[in-house]
Amino acid sequence: MDNLVMATPEQSVTERAEGPAEPSANSEPALKLTFEVKNLSVWYGEKRAIDDVTFNIASNAVTAIIGPSGCGKSTFLRALNRMHELVPKTRMEGTVLLHGEDLYSKTVDPAIVRRRVGMVFQKSNPFPTMTIGENVIVGLRLNGVRNQKFLNERLEKSLRMSALWDEVKDDLHKPGTSLSGGQQQRLCIARALAVEPEVILMDEPCSALDPIATAKIEELISELKAQYTIVTVTHNMQQAGRISDYTAFLYLGRLIEFGQTTTIFTNPSDRQTEDYITGRFG
Amino acid sequence: MSLAAQVLIEERFVRERMAPPSRFGDKAFQWLTMAMAMAVVVLVILTGWQLWRGSSLTVEKFGFHFLATSTWDPVAEQFGALPFIYGTLVSSLIALLIAVPLSIATAVYLTELAPLWIRQPLVSLTEMLAAIPSVILGLWGIFVMVPWLRDYPFPFLKHYFGWIPLFTGPIYGPCMFAGGIIIAIMILPIITSVSREILRSVPDLQREAAYGLGATRWEVTRIAVLSYARKGLFGAVILGLGRALGETMAVTMVIGNTPQIAASLFKPGYTLASVIANEFTEATTDIYLGALFEIGLVLFGVTILVNLVAQFLLKTMTTTTSATRAVQ
Repeated sequence: MDNLVMATPEQSVTERAEGPAEPSANSEPALKLTFEVKNLSVWYGEKRAIDDVTFNIASNAVTAIIGPSGCGKSTFLRALNRMHELVPKTRMEGTVLLHGEDLYSKTVDPAIVRRRVGMVFQKSNPFPTMTIGENVIVGLRLNGVRNQKFLNERLEKSLRMSALWDEVKDDLHKPGTSLSGGQQQRLCIARALAVEPEVILMDEPCSALDPIATAKIEELISELKAQYTIVTVTHNMQQAGRISDYTAFLYLGRLIEFGQTTTIFTNPSDRQTEDYITGRFG
Repeated sequence: MSLAAQVLIEERFVRERMAPPSRFGDKAFQWLTMAMAMAVVVLVILTGWQLWRGSSLTVEKFGFHFLATSTWDPVAEQFGALPFIYGTLVSSLIALLIAVPLSIATAVYLTELAPLWIRQPLVSLTEMLAAIPSVILGLWGIFVMVPWLRDYPFPFLKHYFGWIPLFTGPIYGPCMFAGGIIIAIMILPIITSVSREILRSVPDLQREAAYGLGATRWEVTRIAVLSYARKGLFGAVILGLGRALGETMAVTMVIGNTPQIAASLFKPGYTLASVIANEFTEATTDIYLGALFEIGLVLFGVTILVNLVAQFLLKTMTTTTSATRAVQ
């Protein structure tokens, strides 16, 4: 199992070196895809939150989902790891492929999907009864990893990747909630990284943070895309412009426009996108 | 004169003739409600003081021996409350051992697992259990539960676990074990409903954190819900203990009412509450009455203490919850 898990990041690094992380218009067909979303619709009871959305999410890139409140960004993000199913009375149509595998096939266990597709939430949510160290490795423990040496290695690696190691290495036994808001959010990123998922979904990861903590998280996101595919929801246009390679604009559950962030921000093809980005509504 | 101007004048006319706002009603209301609230506090203090005064005779005569000796002989005027203290503690402990796993499991099912349509009916049913008058539960205990326990579970326990001193000796029927079981039934609803509130106060963000790591439902409940709520759940249990200690009627009917300290749970016992209920009519001498008062004082003190501890725990739980929410 160790080999299998350890192989993924190195593999991803080589892929990145080959170029898909900095896509240009003509390299588009050669892109390696993480998610292929086809005709996805999601309902909460009678309410249709996502309406026939189709687009692909490239590997080792940051894809930002933008749109006004209630446009279905969060629902779309959660449909990528089946978290939306926790709300009673949801149903979906369409397909979501993760590396070509149907996430919604009857034989797929949602818990396994969520191990492969990690998630960071709007508000930091470390487990308050666990120490900083325990918070990071809790996912591995759930997966049945008992080897202390492996756990320690992974603990350090995850905390280094989330740029938190230097700040907490002497306080690993302190409660996770003793950290500041920004540190807690990076702890949650470390917790998601520790199980080495293939994708990290971020649901407005900076919305509860001050500008300095936000800058740190943004920097971290840019570093992480070397090894992970990142899909993030954000309310903040500047942030989407800074950190993402691709942007999808959702409005009332529909995908209005999807493309490279530079294109979307400088030369949107749809009027609604332009209005939203320039702040005329939303 | 325009219509608007006329309206303005009329409004002023009305305003000037309105009585100035009176603060008297407000003040009276405040004082009245405060007096009511204080009455409750005064009642508690008075009760404690009365018990203390009523028991002065035995406190003087026996001192600490009252709590540490086992002779209860009203004729010889010898009073030792140890068997009653022991009976109260042991029956409450049995009750907690049975009721705590049941109620917390019920609360977990009701908040985390049960399909939505079944939740409300189940909650109502558990709460209905609390509405059964304890004397009826006692009747059921005497005529249904005790004979059944005597015929099936007790012989089974004696046969297979007879090597443990707890399950030795003759089986009469009414006994410490039966008393504990009836108390367990009586404290189930309170522990369940308080635990349910506690579990509901766990933020969904905690559950999502665990689900996001690929946790199964059981794992989510364990790492995100139960551990988050553990202090509050402990408070719920202590609250249940407070009820168990003071439970009177139903226990009196099934525990056997014999002041003795015996290892076997099949032997009859006696509790503090039961002895007061059973003997206050017979207490003709001052010292006998004093002894019962002192037993009341002990029970009063212990239950108040236990309730204070429970409230403290529940309060810290709810404040940490809201503090975490505020930070988030």
